[in-house]
Amino acid sequence: MREEAVEMVRVPQSVSVSFFPANWWSRLLTHIVLVVGGLLMLYPALWMLSASFKPSDEIFSDPGLWPKTFTLDNYVNGWNGLDTAFGTFFLNSFIVCALVVIGNVLSCSLAAYAFARLQFTLRRFLFAIMLGTIMLPGSILIVPQYILFKSLGWLNTFLPLTIPKFLGTDAFFIFLLVQFIRTIPVELDDSARIDGCGPFQLYWRIIMPLALPALATTAIFSFLTTWGDFFSQLIYLNDQSVYTVAVALRTFVDSTGTSDYGAVFAMGVLSLIPILAIFLIFQKLLIEGIATTGLKG
Amino acid sequence: MKETKLADSSDWEMQMTVEDLTPLLRQRKWGQRSLRTRKQNLVAFVFLLPWLGGLLIFTVGPMLASLYYSFTSYDLLSAPQWVGLDNYVRMFTQDDRYLTALKVTFLYVFISVPLKLAFSLLLAVVLSKGLRAVGLYRAVYYVPSLLGGSVAIAILWRQIFGLDGIVNQGLGLLGVNGQDSWISMPNTAMLTLVLLAVWQFGSPMLIFIAGLKQIPSELNDSAQVDGAGRLRRFFQITLPLLTPLIFFNLVLQMIGSFQVFTSALIVTNGGPADATLFYTLYLYQQGFGNYQMGYAAAMAWVLMAIVMIFTALIFLTSRYWVFYQDGRI
Repeated sequence: MREEAVEMVRVPQSVSVSFFPANWWSRLLTHIVLVVGGLLMLYPALWMLSASFKPSDEIFSDPGLWPKTFTLDNYVNGWNGLDTAFGTFFLNSFIVCALVVIGNVLSCSLAAYAFARLQFTLRRFLFAIMLGTIMLPGSILIVPQYILFKSLGWLNTFLPLTIPKFLGTDAFFIFLLVQFIRTIPVELDDSARIDGCGPFQLYWRIIMPLALPALATTAIFSFLTTWGDFFSQLIYLNDQSVYTVAVALRTFVDSTGTSDYGAVFAMGVLSLIPILAIFLIFQKLLIEGIATTGLKG
Repeated sequence: MKETKLADSSDWEMQMTVEDLTPLLRQRKWGQRSLRTRKQNLVAFVFLLPWLGGLLIFTVGPMLASLYYSFTSYDLLSAPQWVGLDNYVRMFTQDDRYLTALKVTFLYVFISVPLKLAFSLLLAVVLSKGLRAVGLYRAVYYVPSLLGGSVAIAILWRQIFGLDGIVNQGLGLLGVNGQDSWISMPNTAMLTLVLLAVWQFGSPMLIFIAGLKQIPSELNDSAQVDGAGRLRRFFQITLPLLTPLIFFNLVLQMIGSFQVFTSALIVTNGGPADATLFYTLYLYQQGFGNYQMGYAAAMAWVLMAIVMIFTALIFLTSRYWVFYQDGRI
């Protein structure tokens, strides 16, 4: 009974849910477990970073994190490891990502504005259809879309990866933007309308600027998923000149086999830098995006 | 052309008042629609046009086409040939590799999803306390989930669990000699891919953390006053209140896991002896390796059915285990 009374006095500390009593020792223990666990979690990625600076023989003999011999050869060899230099692949990936970001932001915000603010026949029905397409497993569309794009002569171009995004096929972002636009006070629309704004001006001058956080979330996740995408890029891009980084890496590892892991790791490390950069810059938006919507980072 | 003129933006302020909506909803036939409704529809149609176009061209059209292809034999060179239900029959009666793919995919989903959710929940509980540097911990535990789906990490995994990989090197330092590559043995190959999935528990963890923050502290406080211990409070207060998010994460992770591709292709390429021949990988091999587009389309439809059945099952059972704070069941 006395213990409980003591705990009651200290209530503010034990507000959050926890397994552990809020005393010093258990907090230290928690920290130790978390640090060890965290190192274990990061170890593979850190090891890859370190291996990218190690000579090949050391990669296969040393699980340590610090290179005994420090070399940049892997980066030089990797960069020119395929017939086309990796610079092209990075450029290709950036082009695809930029187009997808623009396409998603424009097309999804247009549709979202209609669903959130406009009245029209079949609104509920179309909204339900939109939600349904979010749940649709992507693999159902791969075969027919491939056949469609092949017949259009779009293979080995960026068109299959980008044009659909300009037509709002990433419906999840429509949903995200609808939810956000609904939180913008309708009074703003009303006063803008009294000032003579038509629906398009309302969308462009009022809603878009105010929906900037949600648009940023859309842009960030569009970039991340496109940069990390592999399946569709693998299917549509078969010519080295149009390879993205993901496809190039796969070709690289298949062509070198296990002979030059260092060079493959070096390029792998480079391929992860844009993702990590986005994470570091937009950490708050990113984490909120996942926490509130379940977007996959 | 008449409508275009009517959509003139000067009329716009007239269109959206609340009083207008009620009569609108009652109108059914096109002929009875007021001009205002038509104007509204036209404006909305313009905004929805890109999405509607995309829906028809890239989603609905391909789905119908895919359904048709699934009843044909189609190698992309000659025209599709109608074969009726042959593809579906072949899948379940003649194609042992397909059944293997089905089996290993189920195994993967049933092992990796619960493990991933358990880890994310455990860490979320620990990391929702007011610990020092908690933001840093969250970032550290989240990063693998950010990177894990990439080709680079899949290649890394192949090395880590390879014959000369760091796992065997580490075991060597402990005096255990790893004789085999973890990837070359059926049981451990599956294990490495499960590990790769579980390693990425970061994003469901963030969702759980957000949910834990929403739980009103009064509930825990009063339970504590009533003498409920920590474990009891977790199982009787926290866990029930988190069930909506467990439900959400479960659906999301399950749908994702059924379609796992990158790791299977790069780490194990389906091997050894098809022990990790995941569904989407086999679909890829049949469709884009053997150009059996009809067969691949049929496989995609069966996968869709499987995912839908499981989603429906989770939804149907949710009334027994998902609790909503506002009394909804």
